[in-house]
Amino acid sequence: MRYPMGRHLVATLLTLLALALVPQGAVQAQSGPLRITITDGVVEPLPVAIPTFQAETPGSEQMAAQITQLVADDLTGTGLFRRIPSSSFISQVSSFTQPVAYPDWRAINAQGLITGAVAVNGNQVTVKFRLYDVFSGQELGSGQQLVGTTDAWRRIGHKVADQVYSRITGEGGYFDSRVVFVSETGPKDNRLKRLGIMDYDGANVQYLTDSASIVLAPRFSPTGDRVLYTTYESGFPRINVLDVASVGRQQITTAPGEMAFSPRFSRDGQSVIYSLANGGNTDIWRTQLGTGQHQRLTSAPSIETAPSLSPDGSQIVFESDRSGTQQLYIMPASGGEPRRISFGEGRYGSPVWSPRGDLIAFTKQNAGRFHIGVMRTDGSEERLLTGSFLDEGPTWSPNGRVLMFTRETQGAEGAPALYSVDVSGRNLTRVTTPGAASDPSWGPLQQ
Amino acid sequence: MNTLTKVGLLLVALSTAACTNPNRFGGAGDAGAGAGANAGIDQSALGGANDPSSPQYFSQTIGDRVLFQVDQSTLTPEGRATLDGQARWLQTNTDYLAVIEGHADEQGTREYNLALGVRRANAVREYLIAQGVPAGRLRTVSYGKERPIAVCSEESCYAQNRRAVTIISIGQVS
Repeated sequence: MRYPMGRHLVATLLTLLALALVPQGAVQAQSGPLRITITDGVVEPLPVAIPTFQAETPGSEQMAAQITQLVADDLTGTGLFRRIPSSSFISQVSSFTQPVAYPDWRAINAQGLITGAVAVNGNQVTVKFRLYDVFSGQELGSGQQLVGTTDAWRRIGHKVADQVYSRITGEGGYFDSRVVFVSETGPKDNRLKRLGIMDYDGANVQYLTDSASIVLAPRFSPTGDRVLYTTYESGFPRINVLDVASVGRQQITTAPGEMAFSPRFSRDGQSVIYSLANGGNTDIWRTQLGTGQHQRLTSAPSIETAPSLSPDGSQIVFESDRSGTQQLYIMPASGGEPRRISFGEGRYGSPVWSPRGDLIAFTKQNAGRFHIGVMRTDGSEERLLTGSFLDEGPTWSPNGRVLMFTRETQGAEGAPALYSVDVSGRNLTRVTTPGAASDPSWGPLQQ
Repeated sequence: MNTLTKVGLLLVALSTAACTNPNRFGGAGDAGAGAGANAGIDQSALGGANDPSSPQYFSQTIGDRVLFQVDQSTLTPEGRATLDGQARWLQTNTDYLAVIEGHADEQGTREYNLALGVRRANAVREYLIAQGVPAGRLRTVSYGKERPIAVCSEESCYAQNRRAVTIISIGQVS
């Protein structure tokens, strides 16, 4: 078995100037049983030991403890790992460089061991870590060193956890990523909405707009540098593009129409697909941001909305009620004859193509309940992952393994919150936000 | 590491986030034709609800809204009767423009409800045009499920929320 370094992480590692701490040559040949194959079946969480990282400079103990906890939280939060309590450790780690006492870790059934060291110098923090496959008695992958500013310590911890996750699962990670969403305050009949951005785990919330007018359904660009969203700041639904770094925003010039909404970037970030309403009819259009060139992709008297491109950019999945109820369809990215892919009972909406290309996530409404589900791109193997009074609007994690969505509770006091669920349907988790939140859009792994 | 300091820079950038407070169309519709829907209209100059030429008369006596069945944008007989009255009022009071808001109940996805609100608002607009109101005086906007006026999660509330509301204002339709 080849050392399963995730392709997604390669670029990340290069930008981090990853420092190999073991002799070259030992890495690529590495193999061992420390491996989780993520399947749809029930998985027993893998027991891992994560001793508190060593504080290598005076005063860095707190930072070392924080980063260790964050790495553990990331890993256990997936539902794939279980952290062995330190009270059961036989062997104590007192130095990052000391040899690993494999028998002591085997004795407590630790399958993985993560050791680390943290040094704080001024506003700079250096984190080193190694991952060991306890039962084969070898290091899995090479030790790495990450350096950043102390206020970015969470990102460094997320990158450590991403690498551990990636080495053990053979898949890209998703911890060092951000989510844009709509923050909601106020009563249900006068809700105030503004755009927020946060780390995937709900930390570091920042607000990108004020709540003077309704904002809906933000969508990250493929590189995470921009956000598209629907705004009522003109009094009518229009699409804005917001630069995440500067928070500057401007309305995009769509094709002429009364209302524009439900935008998404193309995979190259150069064009936008969206819904345009004219004369009571809603169709799907595409606009090139550079040239302002518009292309009409559907021409039907029915509702066509919620378009999402396939990862290769060749096809668009969208919803339409041309059959009489909301159903999912796929058409060529340049328009053309759509084929229906949803045939189950109920109504299907807000489809999103997975970053792997193999699945389409959707919202399903049936018998008075809402579900988040997935199906293959030919409509087969439909699986419902959640169900409640109102679940809607799934968004994929960068590695296509987790979905985040909006769950709204019922009644006059009902309010939305963000949840995530594994694509297997396991590990339903509420994402911590400062208040009510809706319409998450999960961005890419950060560089 | 440069890449990581971006996080810190963003924190600074965000503190200068845009704080513009754009005027909404006509100042109306802030609560989706709820209690404050006529805010911004000079009531004293135009007379009260007993004055047949007043916006209050329009909204309270004629009726500013029509309701729809689940997932439908077809006008009901009651709705058409209300719109007949709206059309007569608009033809009499030619200084006024109207924005027709389309709304949906919460039982639907966000995007679909926006598109459904588009249909409902347009159904009203088309009907008013057919009754002789100049098209140039009528605009439509959909709020989807974003502006309910009744907040329970039962049919009694949903029925009130599946609506199109005609908001009257003086001014230019841009």
